[in-house]
Amino acid sequence: MKTFLGIPLARPSESRTAYKSEPGHATTLQGDTGGGHLASEAAHNPTTIPTEPLRWGTSFPEAAQRALSNDQLRHNLGFATKTIRSKRAAVVAEAPDWEDLRDAGSQTKINVLASLPALLEQFERNFTARGGHVHWARDAQEANEIVTRLVKEQDTTEVVKVKSMATQEIGLNEYLAAQGIDAFETDLAELIVQLGDDLPSHILVPAIHRNRAEIKEIFERRMESLPEGMSDAPRELAMAAREHLRKKFLRAKVAISGANFGVAETGTLTVVESEGNGRMCVTLPETLITVMGIEKIIPSFSDYEVFMQLLPRSSTGERMNPYTSMWTGVTPGDGPQNVHVILLDNGRTRALADDVGRAALKCIRCSACLNVCPVYERVGGHAYGSVYPGPIGAILTPQLTGTTGHSDPNASLPFASSLCGACYEACPVKIDIPTLLVYLRNRVAEEDKAKHMPTAWGAAMSAATFVMSDSKRFAAASKGAGALRLMAGKKGYVQNVPLPIIKGWTQSRDLPSAPKETFREWWERTHPDAPQESPLPTDREDNA
Amino acid sequence: MRIALAATCIADALFPQAPIATVKLLERLGHTVVFPGGQACCGQMHVNTGYFDKAVPVIENHVKTFEPVLDNEWDAVVIPSGSCAGSIKHQQAMVCERAGLPDLAKTANAVAAKTYELSELLIDVLGLTDVGAYFPHRVTYHPTCHSMRMLGVGDKPYQLLRAVEGIELVELPDADQCCGFGGTFAVKNADTSSAMLADKVANIESTAATVVSAGDYSCLMNIGGGLNRKGSATTTMHLAEILASTREDPATPPAPLRAGHSGAAKGARR
Repeated sequence: MKTFLGIPLARPSESRTAYKSEPGHATTLQGDTGGGHLASEAAHNPTTIPTEPLRWGTSFPEAAQRALSNDQLRHNLGFATKTIRSKRAAVVAEAPDWEDLRDAGSQTKINVLASLPALLEQFERNFTARGGHVHWARDAQEANEIVTRLVKEQDTTEVVKVKSMATQEIGLNEYLAAQGIDAFETDLAELIVQLGDDLPSHILVPAIHRNRAEIKEIFERRMESLPEGMSDAPRELAMAAREHLRKKFLRAKVAISGANFGVAETGTLTVVESEGNGRMCVTLPETLITVMGIEKIIPSFSDYEVFMQLLPRSSTGERMNPYTSMWTGVTPGDGPQNVHVILLDNGRTRALADDVGRAALKCIRCSACLNVCPVYERVGGHAYGSVYPGPIGAILTPQLTGTTGHSDPNASLPFASSLCGACYEACPVKIDIPTLLVYLRNRVAEEDKAKHMPTAWGAAMSAATFVMSDSKRFAAASKGAGALRLMAGKKGYVQNVPLPIIKGWTQSRDLPSAPKETFREWWERTHPDAPQESPLPTDREDNA
Repeated sequence: MRIALAATCIADALFPQAPIATVKLLERLGHTVVFPGGQACCGQMHVNTGYFDKAVPVIENHVKTFEPVLDNEWDAVVIPSGSCAGSIKHQQAMVCERAGLPDLAKTANAVAAKTYELSELLIDVLGLTDVGAYFPHRVTYHPTCHSMRMLGVGDKPYQLLRAVEGIELVELPDADQCCGFGGTFAVKNADTSSAMLADKVANIESTAATVVSAGDYSCLMNIGGGLNRKGSATTTMHLAEILASTREDPATPPAPLRAGHSGAAKGARR
């Protein structure tokens, strides 16, 4: 196994149990993939890239605890998310019709999901009519096989890549590496992640957990030639990357991209980017292969009007992004002449089949929800154990993979939120993420129930239902009782339930003591003449 | 007006000062307050933890308890909690629908439409911003996520506070950031929650306020627990407690219990 620059990598002395190590499939790399540690620390923590890009294997609370202990990571994230957040807020505030745009974007996506099969076939007809080739992939394996075959047909072992979440999702780079094909990331942040033997931690800025000193160190360690006396000034780092990448662009016969949009009406694919590396990839090589999730379809060309206002403002906080590349099949004598698109399912139809959960497929991958999320800001992207981090990852990942009850690490994702609602407020296509999180929490509880898997939380909630659905039982439980006795119920599904709860609570907070008099007691004492509501005729006992 | 009070389970049992202040305030303003004795809880904790089926009996009890508002037994229902109001308005009917109880869902929606968070009741229903309160202390306000984003109460609490005589209202830095409570999030993801709380506590302390107020005792339990743990001089009070305070019957900010103690609190906070 070779890395980017052909430097042989050390085998890890021991793989963390969190990640499966499959020789010949997983790329063995150096670097702590869990918490974005400083590179110097990372060298001492060799591990492997997870073989499942959507299920890295560690539950959110465990991974978050590790991330929270890294002060440098928290500092980098806090600074970066605050910067993007304020840029976004400024450009959104100046759009007088922002809420109308959000409504339009949301409704368009709802309509797309309602008629997805017809739109995909329309896209296929139009793309094919203009000389492109359409492939359908049910899952990551099929998509990877198709890409590999197309690359090998060009008799090359190198490809350049446009930043793409879809190819991250299928683990394309690692798959290609196992087939002897080197995939070079050309987006600056993806390049940093790739050179740092790291994992992306953000949808838009995958190296957000790195500061410029760390980036300089990575470049010095991994680039063949660097400008004399390069500092860690962003411009100098960008120029070094530019030099490094230019050679790859000019040499590559094949480029691989994702797509922000695919227009059904015309068969047009679109890449929206800032650096121009994407433009180089989709114009220079002879062969262009695009991997696009099936939900990225928009019905007509005029829909760009809405999405091209929503996306740049929401993602980079810019009024308009610098480069928008569109291509429709093949244009003879201009750009790639061998053009392919792979339409990727990989769990999307599973999500689509769920009347509530499908709203996650409206996502346009802007990452605004990550930047405003107080949880993401503190723990970073790696804690989400998936290439899709943050609030959108917490609702998308478990739906793409499916979950198997609370012991599945991905089942911890819907709980990785305080439900503060900042994500919903920021989402340009109005995905009600808090509602979806709660809905997916219910699905975890239902999965446990279906498997007859009793859990401490289930028992605690049953006890709480017994107490909280009846005023007399509630009054009895709350009289002189503390919060914990209240939670456990007076019958006591007791000790093992409240103890961890006390521990989690009291690690940073004191608990209030119960008052001398409950409100109910105060009311009865001070309002003795108030009409007493007769106890309700109840058939609720059975439900408790 | 005849106003039915939903005290909330957490305040009934642990923070009676919030519903007591709500009663005193509304009675002082000339309204009749009724406490329907059948109430217990709105079901928010069950719903947000994902136990929809176990929430149904809790929701049913709440809806049945407050259903008389639909027959004009009372003119409105008031609840001194943004998150409970949010759950009543945005979750109860959904859970009933999912449980195959469309009639209960319909009733839940109808009751929710007549249910108001305290600042909404005062401003939208009673048309008041100056409630004649007097509270000569330095106060900062945490707007709480569900009040702000789920209910959209906007600056209503600030309008009410600005009209309080003698108050020194100071801005809370990063006020719109979550305190980290999130119900069972605080224990299921205790580390992340604690990190969020630490920043909230630091921002509160930077204001040097005597009191941090909010419209929800669940958030205040979290914030107060964090302040107390740190031995902070700032203590917590519900919006209702400040609005109920008058020259004749002034409320006193609770004294800080102690400096830097590592166990659970001993005495009551008040």
